[in-house]
Amino acid sequence: MDRIVYADNAATTSVSENVINAMMPCFTEYWGNPSSLYSGGRNAANIISGAREGIAGLLGCRPGEIYFTASGSEANNWALKGAARANQKKGRHIISQKTEHPAVLQALASLQKEGYEVTYLGVDRDGILTPGEVEAAIRPDTTLIAIMYANNEIGTIMPIKEIAAVAKAHKITMFTDAVQAIGSIPVNVTDLGVDMLSLSGHKIRAPKGIGLLYIKTGTRIQNLIDGGGQEKGKRGGTENTAYIAGLARAMEDAVEGIEDMERVKALRDRLAAEIIKIPHTRINGSMKYRLPGNLNVAFEGIEGESLVLLLDMAGISASTGSACSSASLEPSHVLLALGIPAEKAHGSLRLTLSRVNTEEDADYILEKLAPAVQRLREMSPLWNGLQ
Amino acid sequence: MNYSTKVMDHFANPRNVGEIENADGIGEVGNATCGDIMKIFLKVQDDIITDIKFKTFGCGAAIATSSMATEMVKGKSIDDALTLTNKAVVEALGGLPPAKVHCSVLAEEAIKTAIADYYRRNGIEHDLTIGCDGCCNACGHADKHLHNQ
Repeated sequence: MDRIVYADNAATTSVSENVINAMMPCFTEYWGNPSSLYSGGRNAANIISGAREGIAGLLGCRPGEIYFTASGSEANNWALKGAARANQKKGRHIISQKTEHPAVLQALASLQKEGYEVTYLGVDRDGILTPGEVEAAIRPDTTLIAIMYANNEIGTIMPIKEIAAVAKAHKITMFTDAVQAIGSIPVNVTDLGVDMLSLSGHKIRAPKGIGLLYIKTGTRIQNLIDGGGQEKGKRGGTENTAYIAGLARAMEDAVEGIEDMERVKALRDRLAAEIIKIPHTRINGSMKYRLPGNLNVAFEGIEGESLVLLLDMAGISASTGSACSSASLEPSHVLLALGIPAEKAHGSLRLTLSRVNTEEDADYILEKLAPAVQRLREMSPLWNGLQ
Repeated sequence: MNYSTKVMDHFANPRNVGEIENADGIGEVGNATCGDIMKIFLKVQDDIITDIKFKTFGCGAAIATSSMATEMVKGKSIDDALTLTNKAVVEALGGLPPAKVHCSVLAEEAIKTAIADYYRRNGIEHDLTIGCDGCCNACGHADKHLHNQ
């Protein structure tokens, strides 16, 4: 293997040195329980309040509107279940859409079992939803709209600001999952006009196991995790001081480095332009409304898991929406929602670049990808028919 | 998803890939919608499988099971080849993740389908049931195969 290229940044990222440095004192020195009255506890509490203030500044909200969670999935579950249940006397209808992350779709499925009704809007062939479609789905008993900011598989960006305006006009709580957006495109809750927004640390070089939910003051929401009064009594569990400090540092670096995403976008565009030259290849999802680091392509006649394995053997980490990569044996629900037939969805490859990636990485991917596709096509009984 | 060393070896260096011109029997099972298709080509002489090739569209396990299954029946008599079970293929590969066992079923079915084609071409009566469509739970034989695990 000539080189190691990590091109799966939408899956997770490595923890940066800055983040490790921000976390270390919390393990060695400021390890007290933030609820304790003595100085060891107060020091930890101060670190958390500093982190909360920093993050609030980056997101454009008040510190008291930031609630730390143990993951993006927890934040999504809390936002959906907490808001739906808090508003159940008003109504039990929720609007969402088909390409949401499983942490949203499965939480909604749980709510459906409790008797809530959910409208799952479709997307167009580019993966986009219009505010008009959301507005048309609103009913008198609609209490919650949940639409992701950017998609984890195809990177498509939804018109959240416009959808939030629709929600506001109808006095409906608006939640967006911004886990993939942060660090790639600007995320400002005031500008977006959302009531709730979820984030996860490990997509932006903080560790796995830390996330947050922004809850706008005045938003009706029930607790998901009851406990000892942490997070103003809204989320139980002794605060993870180190990871909170790490998240704050990671967010600061991610937002500061957002200008560098232009370079990442140029890298991505170069990859896209070259990869599309491989015959019987298509790009999945809008190239216009798309995260700068995301590329999702489908190669006809081959299966994605095999391709990911071959690329791994060449030192390249990528992922696929193929059924064979999942236990369910169903291809990606996102690609199917775009109207891509199952047999083509099986041949999908997702490459997600970050600021860590270089021109040399792109060269290496291009050098290894086409031969890998060709090798699998020569082995495929479908290929002769396609040529 | 963790594949055994043996699976990775057969995926990285598959044996018997290709087609046979003027094959004596051809069998194709699976479908593109479900993500697996295996096509087997046989050359038979005096009831012995003298050559066998495969083409597979599918995951790493599908390619590895095709490779292993063809290796296991090459040079064997037709009767011996018919005794090949998916379980034997799985064992020879040092195991498969549970979600991938259907690939071994497909490999067994592909070989049987190719043999059935050979019988048909030669007017030999047989009672081989063929027609696995590759979607594990839809395969008429899935119960039998999967319960063998």
